[in-house]
Amino acid sequence: MTAPSLLLRIKNGQSVDLKAIPVLNYDEFSDLAVLLLKEETCHCVSYYAFKQENGLKFIMAIADDSQHDVIIFSHHLLNGSQFELPSLTPHIFALHIFEREIHENFGVKFTNHPWLKPVRFSQNRFNNDLKINDYPFYSIKSDELHEVGVGPVHAGIIEPGHFRFICNGENVLHLEIQLGWQHRGIEQLFLDKKKMLQRNILAENIAGDTVIGHTSTFAQLMESLSDIEITEQIQIERALALELERIAIHTGDTAALCVDAAYYLGANVFGILRTGIINFTQSWCGNRLGKSLIRVGGTHSSFTEDLKQTLLNVLAAYEKMYIEMSHLTYRLPSVQNRFDNVGNISKNQAHLLGTVGLSARMSNVMRDIRISHPTWAYSSFPIETIMTLKGDVFARFLLKRKEIKRSVLWIHNLLDNYNFDSSKTKKPIYSKPLKPDSFAISLTEGWRGEICHCAVTDDKGELLHYKVKDPSMHNWKALEISLRDVEISDFPINNKSYNLSYCGHDL
Amino acid sequence: MFKETKILYQNGKQYIPDLRRVVLKPPYRGRPEISSAQVDEHALEELCPLGAISRKPFCIDLGKCAFCGECAYAFPEKIKFTTDYKIASNKRDHLKIYEGISTGIVIDEHSINPVIRKVFSKSLKLRQVSAGGDNSCEWELNACGNANFDMGRFGIEFLASPRHADGIVVTGPISENMAEALKITYDAIPDPKIVILCGVDAISGGIFSDSKAINRSFLNDVHIDLFIPGNPPHPLTIINGILDLTRGKKG
Repeated sequence: MTAPSLLLRIKNGQSVDLKAIPVLNYDEFSDLAVLLLKEETCHCVSYYAFKQENGLKFIMAIADDSQHDVIIFSHHLLNGSQFELPSLTPHIFALHIFEREIHENFGVKFTNHPWLKPVRFSQNRFNNDLKINDYPFYSIKSDELHEVGVGPVHAGIIEPGHFRFICNGENVLHLEIQLGWQHRGIEQLFLDKKKMLQRNILAENIAGDTVIGHTSTFAQLMESLSDIEITEQIQIERALALELERIAIHTGDTAALCVDAAYYLGANVFGILRTGIINFTQSWCGNRLGKSLIRVGGTHSSFTEDLKQTLLNVLAAYEKMYIEMSHLTYRLPSVQNRFDNVGNISKNQAHLLGTVGLSARMSNVMRDIRISHPTWAYSSFPIETIMTLKGDVFARFLLKRKEIKRSVLWIHNLLDNYNFDSSKTKKPIYSKPLKPDSFAISLTEGWRGEICHCAVTDDKGELLHYKVKDPSMHNWKALEISLRDVEISDFPINNKSYNLSYCGHDL
Repeated sequence: MFKETKILYQNGKQYIPDLRRVVLKPPYRGRPEISSAQVDEHALEELCPLGAISRKPFCIDLGKCAFCGECAYAFPEKIKFTTDYKIASNKRDHLKIYEGISTGIVIDEHSINPVIRKVFSKSLKLRQVSAGGDNSCEWELNACGNANFDMGRFGIEFLASPRHADGIVVTGPISENMAEALKITYDAIPDPKIVILCGVDAISGGIFSDSKAINRSFLNDVHIDLFIPGNPPHPLTIINGILDLTRGKKG
């Protein structure tokens, strides 16, 4: 790579002095971003702006998978200068969503951005006159086409989002997804809530299906900002909880997909299997989704040898039935026929869209934080990544199965080789102050993909800005593109095979 | 065909036969009990991340509680979480737990609209609206209908159209962006209808109660028939709560 040598490179979960982050003028900033992001091993994990006294500060974080570190650089836009910048999206399409977010929050106009629309109608947006019902949908005028609008309230117990299809007969020409309905002002609340425990609870409530993912990302970030060393066992416990979450949600998704393929035996049996896993999480920490398990600095619910035995029994029962049931399901002609070659995303498209996690690996794009930017637990107990080639619904369906198998294997390896002992854990630490004038970044591979939290502190050690990025930010666009030239009746299987987060996106 | 039958046979009966008498084990945290031990109550009040604890008289408001258990970890002699999951009530005040009280949370029989027992006891179709929810209450509401809990056996089901529904289940603190859609959905449900608030976020706003991005004015104009506390509530809490409301304790 020909990047300048003075780049700031930090590791996952590391904090640095805010002044150490290079400040570039916008030309240098955009040249460097484009140069780095043209590399296949690099992708943008976060790009955002926040208000400072004298203007806006832009921070870009690019993960370099080959070097296992994150490159951070910044740009200032001073008050009084024109809030207009040439967009980077025409060069690097994956940045479109970040530029839209900055535009929505601060009114920065990105010239030549092809799609500068609101992202989530956040409460502190720049233009408060624009309401959520004023979203400017794309439309095509033609006598042969019709539009189908669905949502925000959907037919079922799911979160709200508005889907606008432009169809030619049964075929979808274009799908546009409008989100923001779930916006609760989480990033602002991280600053308003001054107690560490409150922030910890807030992190648990970012996305209820990714409690472990988001909370362990948050905890790692706070520990790095306050120089707390957590014990090995706590790192192991977090990784274990993360894999259990992955198994549980993937199993639930498999059940949901079986419903849409009208295979009710699979739907019910996979549903039952998920219950076993989340009930184990309850017997570990008291909550089926893992709320209250992850705490800054330590935990109240340490893993014990007794729990290990219970987990082994739970896994044994799970594996036996899972193998038998998936053996049938994945070979069933009606299931294969329904899922095969629907909603494809090619490798090239996946690169352009900047998809992450499962949505990238389904198209043979390697994006896995556990391998590229591992925490201690994943460097000591490495996990192997699996990818599929085709990027269709069946690839996503199949990848869930493969990931479940691999996570179960990883857990077995861990349980066989690690002795849990409550003396090796610590109680949570809520009172340690944060370092002043610092920046920190934390990455975790949740079951959907990479979760990224960034924080900046001021000169008194108070949080100045907190940024949450759910993998869904990158991946919603892939769902829109998947639907092109697909029958509208295939929307549910596409949607469920991605299972993206509304609340994680809307914050 | 043989393999399918084998799987059916191996799975046997997965449903919980009596949903009214299931015993949950610790560390599950249900209804808390407060002893009369003398502790630093001010510290306890300060500790609670959601402001659910108040003093004079000492009280935990389950409508604000995230069941994180921090109070019980810090002051085990004062607060103990039992595994009693039947914590839903139709009266907001019943969710407040006071010192020395160890009786369970009950439905206030006198304030139930009589039409509920008459019309909805055998069949209740609900429309759910997630208004800023974090997808955890939604997961547990979905779980109520799965093969284990099988709420459908009581005639309680979730359906798609509000026009066909007997009531609405609200999850989430009610975001500003969802406020209008929630009102429209509520208005589309024909009378008589019930309103259920599911989860701490819906009941009090939870950790989001101070956020400027939420708008809870919808709740000013409607009568709430059931409050189901929890973060998220356990499926057993949800099912027992609804049954207590529509059928009474013995139903």
